[in-house]
Amino acid sequence: MKYFISFCLLMFASWMPVHAATTDVLLEQLTTTKLSKLPDMVEQLEAQGDESLLPVFRAWLAGDLHYVKDSKAIVVETDVQGKEVYVDPFSQEQLSGLSSKDVKKIKVNNKLRGLLRGVIARIQLTSNNADVREGAVRELLSDIDEDTFATLEVLYPKESNNDVKEMMQTALSIYTAMDKSSSQTSRVAAIEFLGGSLENDVRNALLKLSRDKNEVVAAAADKALVDINRQVERYALVDQLFFGLSLGSVLLLASIGLAITFGVMGVINMAHGEMIMLGAYTTYVVQLIMPNYIDYSIWVAIPAAFLVSGLMGVLIERLVICRLHGRPLETLLATFGISLILQQLVRTIFSPLNRQVSTPSWMSGSWEINPVLSLTLNRLYILAFALLVFLALVFILKKSSLGLNVRAVSQNRSMAKAMGVKTEWVDAMTFGLGSGIAGIAGVALSQLTNVGPNLGQAYIIDSFMVVVFGGVGNLLGTLVAAFTLGIANKFLEPTTGAVLAAILVLVFIILFIQKRPKGLFPQKGRAAE
Amino acid sequence: MSKLINWFSEGRSSGKYTLPFVILLLAVTVLASAANLLLPQDSALYVSTYSITLLGKYLCYAMLALAVDIIWGYCGILSLGHGAFFALGGYAMGMYLMRQIGDRGVYGHPILPDFMVFLDWQELPWFWHGMDQFWFAMIMAVLVPGLLAFVFGWLAFRSRVTGVYLSIMTQALTYALLLAFFRNEMGFGGNNGLTDFKEILGFDLQADSTRVSLFIITAVLLAVVLMLSQRILSSRLGKVTLAVRDAEARTRFIGYRTERYKVWLFVYSAVIAGVAGALYVPQVGIINPGEFSPINSIEVVIWVAVGGRGTLIGAIIGALLVNYAKTRFTAIMPDGWLFALGALFVLVTLFLPKGLIGLYGQLKSKRQPASSQEVTS
Repeated sequence: MKYFISFCLLMFASWMPVHAATTDVLLEQLTTTKLSKLPDMVEQLEAQGDESLLPVFRAWLAGDLHYVKDSKAIVVETDVQGKEVYVDPFSQEQLSGLSSKDVKKIKVNNKLRGLLRGVIARIQLTSNNADVREGAVRELLSDIDEDTFATLEVLYPKESNNDVKEMMQTALSIYTAMDKSSSQTSRVAAIEFLGGSLENDVRNALLKLSRDKNEVVAAAADKALVDINRQVERYALVDQLFFGLSLGSVLLLASIGLAITFGVMGVINMAHGEMIMLGAYTTYVVQLIMPNYIDYSIWVAIPAAFLVSGLMGVLIERLVICRLHGRPLETLLATFGISLILQQLVRTIFSPLNRQVSTPSWMSGSWEINPVLSLTLNRLYILAFALLVFLALVFILKKSSLGLNVRAVSQNRSMAKAMGVKTEWVDAMTFGLGSGIAGIAGVALSQLTNVGPNLGQAYIIDSFMVVVFGGVGNLLGTLVAAFTLGIANKFLEPTTGAVLAAILVLVFIILFIQKRPKGLFPQKGRAAE
Repeated sequence: MSKLINWFSEGRSSGKYTLPFVILLLAVTVLASAANLLLPQDSALYVSTYSITLLGKYLCYAMLALAVDIIWGYCGILSLGHGAFFALGGYAMGMYLMRQIGDRGVYGHPILPDFMVFLDWQELPWFWHGMDQFWFAMIMAVLVPGLLAFVFGWLAFRSRVTGVYLSIMTQALTYALLLAFFRNEMGFGGNNGLTDFKEILGFDLQADSTRVSLFIITAVLLAVVLMLSQRILSSRLGKVTLAVRDAEARTRFIGYRTERYKVWLFVYSAVIAGVAGALYVPQVGIINPGEFSPINSIEVVIWVAVGGRGTLIGAIIGALLVNYAKTRFTAIMPDGWLFALGALFVLVTLFLPKGLIGLYGQLKSKRQPASSQEVTS
């Protein structure tokens, strides 16, 4: 008994100065403490409850925390252009005159890393930013101990943000469900709550619980897992649908110009893919010209691509296509020749290698709806953009005088001519418009794939399929066909593989043409063959 | 014999050039072969085996061009997918040659070709059975393209898919096959295709005599196909075909089942393309999915257009000329060839709608009035 008291006293004596110490003293002690004692130091530092210590903990976690051998001052090592630089963790000021010889690393191991993560999360829990708080709770989900649970229980009633509150409840429920000492009913209730969450850590916890000795709890966990899996599947479906829509929007952009020229002039422009390619290269050149304004380059690239491809289209129409009037097959061959020339031209000017077009910062990243579903922003913007272009085109065709002329010529060329429509001018304008839209499609594509001389080739056959499927000269048909094919492709892919999916879609269209030779929405009228 | 020649050369007026052309073709073939086999290598007139193989390759292309001309020139069906039939015929021959390798492959498996051993397949897929028999492989080289053409043509022509629509569908057909043959799971060697052949019917493929024989066989078959096609197209069936080309609706209203004529002509043309492909593979020594690529098929069309569509001989001349130009051009300036080919497409369609044969006719008809004036004065 005597020994025990003296032991306690000894312990007390060794603890006393630490408890009284300020943060600075603790930090200085870090430099001399042995690795096995460091966990204690972490706890004591946390007890200071100081948010300003966050950079120290973060640097420690990353293994960047050092101290200066002479002054025992704590510094953080960062990398500036390949050279090590030391920064004061509190003021973030760079300390000059320090090299790697003057400092020593503060050790860290896996146990410490786990502790540090918890500490960082707990400090962040009191942050003023709701997103930071939510992230901190999510960080805690994987490993909740008694202390964290107690902290969360205190914070939970005070929390004002609903998202953070729900995340906190998830964390609390995980702890309750895992806690073998709590009552069966409260554990089952907690598990039932967890069934609504899509967090990865929740699923892991439930998997563990489904092997629990308590059968009621295990059954509840199984049920919750089934619920979660069903939800995950549903979101996977949404994800697939999104990729289908994304492919559809690309197809729409690529084929809508083709639909117009084919509908009005009855000719197939085999160089249409190269108009897309020209648009993509225009984007590349625009970014070369204004390298410091990548974020705004897209707004310059869209009209520039429209003009470049559109003018090229008018040029082709005036020089070649108008001379082959009434000979669609020859037009097809001639435009194919033009496509070869344009491809080789680009290869000679820009080299046959792919060019990288950078994505503006506001288009990169993704929109995270929940842990299992996040939509990439560039695809989302392109989808919206494709619909916008479609609406603009519908507006031009229905409301403008050019649109009136275009519709007249596409319905009955000779009658339109008799009524005084300058059909040659309409042809050139239509071709320019169709090619210009292909150029815009190129801008969009440059954000999704690499820009190379064969860019257009990859999309041309698919665009033809869309036009054939949708029916000639019908914009609505093109819209429906593009999205149908895009979604069908993406839904077939997981079961059949990408190549087989493409083949199946092709075969389907060949068979479809048997039933409806004029496409989904044939043009009405007396145009018998 | 003279009866046979009469049978072949009777009919339409353009056929009168067929016989002289065939004689010229065979004469050149015999001379080139003799120059290769009989003359010493340092002789000025010696024709290298490389040239013989090149000529044989050109003749295969010529036969393919002939097939395209039959349906495009005479029936107005612009097929942008004839390369598919050519490649299918080639694959049938390739499979036979592959089986002939036997256990001399890299892995030395007695039955399975190298790529199957590499992919860890245990047994031969069902469609590879029988391919070790030459006669069976040759039937397949004709039957498979013919059957595909029949199914495709029957579906397309029955629902009256015409013009650019049909052209795009044929292109989609060959594109789909291209994608399919790239897959390893198809069992046709995937990306690499079939190659590394050793011998055909027991003859070493590298030997000069085998190469010359293949060249002669190709020339003879080309001549036979040319005369046969000339005969068919100048018969009653050929006349109906021309009517379909010029006014399909009218022909249909007269009472002809136009789709049947089109289907049979399409099948005939596909079979010729398949034969050309089967002759092509042993001479170049490889067949891979690249042969299915749409650009190959569309190049064939330009050969026909250069020579003059609807003339048969023109297609052959066009194929020989353009391919010779390609060989020379790609050797001198590789980058320039696509410019030249592209320009050829544009210029021929703009300024030479009837091709070189038509150009000859144009020049003659221009000179004719002048010469007749001379006679009268």
